Amino acid sequence: MTETIATTPGLFPLPDWAKTRLGRLKGHQKHDLIDGSESAEVLETYEQARGEVIDAQRDAGLGRIVEGQLRWDDMLAHPLTINPAVETGGIVRYYDNNNFYRHPTVTEVPSPTGDIAADLQRAAQLAPTQDLQAVLPGPITLADLSADACVNDTVEFHHVLAELLAGELEDAPHIETLYLLEPSLVTAPPEEDLCVELEELYATVATATDAEVVVHTYFGALSEQTHVYLVDADVAGMGVDIVADDREQTIYNAGEYGMADVIALGLTDGQNTLVESTPTLVERVAWVFDQLPTADPTRLYLSTNTEPFYLPVSKHRQKLAAVAQAAAELTEVGI
Amino acid sequence: MARDVDNREQFRPAEHPNDHFILTTVVGSYPKPTWLNRIRDHQDDASYGVDAAALSEAYDDAARLITEEHQHCGLDTVVDGEMRREEMVEYFAERIRGYEFNGPVKVWGHNYFDKPSVTEPVQYDEPWLVDEFRFTDAVADRPVKVPITGPYTLASWSFNEAYDDIAALTYDLADLVNEEVAALVDAGARYVQIDEPALATTPDDHAIVGGALERIVDGIPDAVRVGLHVCYGDYSRIYPEINDYPIDEFDVELCNDGYEQIGVFDDGAFAPDLALGVVDVHDTTVESVDQIIENITQGLRVVGPERLTVSPDCGLKLLPREVAREKMQNMVTATRAVEARLDRGEL
Repeated sequence: MTETIATTPGLFPLPDWAKTRLGRLKGHQKHDLIDGSESAEVLETYEQARGEVIDAQRDAGLGRIVEGQLRWDDMLAHPLTINPAVETGGIVRYYDNNNFYRHPTVTEVPSPTGDIAADLQRAAQLAPTQDLQAVLPGPITLADLSADACVNDTVEFHHVLAELLAGELEDAPHIETLYLLEPSLVTAPPEEDLCVELEELYATVATATDAEVVVHTYFGALSEQTHVYLVDADVAGMGVDIVADDREQTIYNAGEYGMADVIALGLTDGQNTLVESTPTLVERVAWVFDQLPTADPTRLYLSTNTEPFYLPVSKHRQKLAAVAQAAAELTEVGI
Repeated sequence: MARDVDNREQFRPAEHPNDHFILTTVVGSYPKPTWLNRIRDHQDDASYGVDAAALSEAYDDAARLITEEHQHCGLDTVVDGEMRREEMVEYFAERIRGYEFNGPVKVWGHNYFDKPSVTEPVQYDEPWLVDEFRFTDAVADRPVKVPITGPYTLASWSFNEAYDDIAALTYDLADLVNEEVAALVDAGARYVQIDEPALATTPDDHAIVGGALERIVDGIPDAVRVGLHVCYGDYSRIYPEINDYPIDEFDVELCNDGYEQIGVFDDGAFAPDLALGVVDVHDTTVESVDQIIENITQGLRVVGPERLTVSPDCGLKLLPREVAREKMQNMVTATRAVEARLDRGEL
């Protein structure tokens, strides 16, 4: 019997009061962004905001709780932009969105900073660790969002980043699930010489934690080649976007080439304020499994398709509640 | 295709000193006086006594001040600096039925935008800019240009809950922009500029923007000059397609990368007039007159002087006000110098 769990891909919108207060405390320019050396007042503000978003997830009824990554000013590039081995350049576009981040150039082999583990430790004080989920960029995405002036070799650079991600998890508390966000697997499909490295790249990160690792993809369907290699990479869980217009391609890939034992569905739109009703979400799940009659995942994670920082807070919270309710209904009736 | 009309000459000032006439203008936004920002910040605080009448008076004063500042710099066509607008999508979304606001969303760092949602079919309720135009027109002794956020940008920078796709929303919004332009024309406007910064980020949608422009100019008299401003991006992805747009003028941001992309347009087939950015709006260094003369001559690679308009790269609002004023002043001085050289046959 499939266990259905409501979760989130992290990277929450800051509560509105924190947007105002942090704007005042930190400033609005490029050099004001997070570098890992915030003042006590800034840290205290983030602490308070983290508590609020954890409470919001519990109130909504999520089965996994994230710390929200509210400090990640540079979105998924954060693990690099706070690293001393990295030079942050100009502000560049974040995928095909009206959002921007500091472009990191990795100038030497980066060592773990402890920054991410520290935030997870703080979250562990606020939520039971059996519910805790960590969220990191996958190595493909982190490489795609940055530049290599370190090893000057594409494959080697990805391994350097995978090692960094593993290192950042070393001092983390127990976490139940690790989401590795890999939108770049969709937007910039890796060449075959990199595809063959996926298994080792994900294994490097996975061995640093006893959490269930889900590689979650979004901004559309994977190419057939990438899908095949991701299935072969032997990760515990695979996440796909079933909101995007090309979701039929995702279903085709899954039907043709299979999925991992654990499936994550990007079920509700993380980039639109329209709050899909619980019945609509349940129907979407049914639509997926109607077309994949042999799929029998051990666990099914449900979430927004993308990171939700694109949304206003009120709409995001409504979406969390709708996903949690959909998971509850599916738990009752089965998928 | 570009509108086959000649509506430039109406903007030549009576006292214009040269035979050649290169139209000078600004893209639109301008730094707000500090006092206006302070009054706005306190509008909800009863202890400051800023009621609706006081705020309205402040907007009028600021619009008058900036319009006159534009005139003092010698611009041939002026704008009020968009003193009444805070953000280029919010301002219009607040006035269009079908939009709602749900709170700020992140753009980058701690910079947010109250990104609106389209929750039902959009409708035109009341004029958006007619009062603003009438006020500025009464203050100005030069023709007034009216910048309007374009329908593709209004659609792209909103959450779309109500339409099947961005094209459908864009076209409905274009019909509303057409209504607004008609109302502005009735009020006496002769120069409008459609701002489509979103096209710079998603250039593959150029056909949607073209379709929207067809709707916008429908029924608009030839005497009304219609410009299109598209901020910095990879222009090679929308050229030569923009030659098919029904516009009189295409305004581009090329100064900020030193005219690296001017070659995109110099194929001898550029159809509309060219409005060329000749001062950088992201750099507080004020370009010298000589430097701006050099920049203006870049435009002459694409069109003759009779089809060249000169403006800053984009809105000036992020610059210190004094820097913005000096850039405009130097831009006009340089333009008149280029005209004089052309008159003398030196260019």
